[in-house]
Amino acid sequence: MSLQPDTLLELSPLLRMQWEEAQQRYVILYPEGMIELNETAAAILELCDGQHNLTSIVEKLERKYDASGIESDVREMLESALNNGWIREIIAH
Amino acid sequence: MAGSEKSSLTKPRWLLAELTYACPLQCPYCSNPLDYARLGDELSTEEWRRVLSEARALGAVQLGLSGGEPLTRRDLAEIVTHARQLGYYTNLITSGYGLDEVRIAELKSAGLDHIQVSIQSPEKLLNDELAGTESFEHKLEVARWVKQHGYPMVLCVVIHRQNIHQMQQILEMADELGADYLELANTQYYGWALLNRDHLLPTREQFAEAEAIAQSYKEKVKGRMKIYYVVPDYYEDRPKACMNGWGTTFLTIAPDGMALPCHAARELPGLNCPSVRDFSIREIWYESAAFNRFRNYGWMKEPCRSCPEKEKDFGGCRCQAYLMTGDMADADPVCSKSPHHHRVLEAIASTQRSASDKPLFFRNARNSRALTG
Repeated sequence: MSLQPDTLLELSPLLRMQWEEAQQRYVILYPEGMIELNETAAAILELCDGQHNLTSIVEKLERKYDASGIESDVREMLESALNNGWIREIIAH
Repeated sequence: MAGSEKSSLTKPRWLLAELTYACPLQCPYCSNPLDYARLGDELSTEEWRRVLSEARALGAVQLGLSGGEPLTRRDLAEIVTHARQLGYYTNLITSGYGLDEVRIAELKSAGLDHIQVSIQSPEKLLNDELAGTESFEHKLEVARWVKQHGYPMVLCVVIHRQNIHQMQQILEMADELGADYLELANTQYYGWALLNRDHLLPTREQFAEAEAIAQSYKEKVKGRMKIYYVVPDYYEDRPKACMNGWGTTFLTIAPDGMALPCHAARELPGLNCPSVRDFSIREIWYESAAFNRFRNYGWMKEPCRSCPEKEKDFGGCRCQAYLMTGDMADADPVCSKSPHHHRVLEAIASTQRSASDKPLFFRNARNSRALTG
């Protein structure tokens, strides 16, 4: 699945992402399962809030971490999240 | 209670709350203990609230609300509300019996995350016969409501000799109902299922055929329905990594408050599982003899002790070892290295013979009392 840079993204309503104090990390929860997220993945997925697209996610993270050239990594992560059904594209009708 | 090193122990992640043994269904493969009708009073709402709070503080995050039929608890929405406030991901594991749209909406506003509905067969006659209750149409209706109310919909079908030939129809039914997940749970042989094994264990050929159908369907529904396949461990060469290792991840609380490292552990003799009525969850998890009994590798006998795979499968299932060899510290006989492996092979061989003349025991209070004590 190829991701368009201007398509808004949101977390799938079928799962929940939250901070786990006992594990000191973000996790994704879904029926009878859990994925433990590293800091980078959590920072990207947190921005999948229906208000951001690939371009704006990259901009925000580059500012936040004072980094550049991260687009291909972010794209890769988002495409895999899309393929796994963790996030979905908001297609305007 | 015996002491142990807290620092080296993992925290519970999964809490299975068996709220009640009451159930309007009578499935002959029920995972509840045979003697369930003789067990004590159910925990009160207040006791469940405390259990949920204490386990959450320790790190549990996935919560299964199960039974029996959890819908028979009138305080279910209250328990869900408390669980959701604590930050659990709440899974209701139900037959669907007793669920209507009002209750589905009530549970949704209480914060329930997901409903798993079990169906016995895609065919009304067999479904109702196995459930011991006329329930098929209602289950289909419940599955549709679950979907309409925005829950992830998980359909669970327990697979055995009576319905394994319906694999294709099972998959089509799940797809038509719009299931997000389909759990194909090959029967595990404990309690009622072990008692009825002659009627339930399919042949190797039946397994192979059903698995091939399920695998190819997996490709077809990729992206819209996920299929969980619980492997039939009798037909495996190596034992399952039961409970991800004893006392590492899972904590079950039975309806009467007994804390179990796995929901079948009640069958193990002399384990003396502690009750939440006497101890805190923290004491139970870290300090009880029962939870420490099969942690790590010191308890192992040969062939497990020197086995290079012991860190992968932890010697398999303690309950299966006990039920088939009489010693819960033996290797799981499913393992081909086990000196008792022939018992599994004998069970498999017996599936080739004609139908059993033993009666099929339905799970109900009368049979529970008649078979135990």
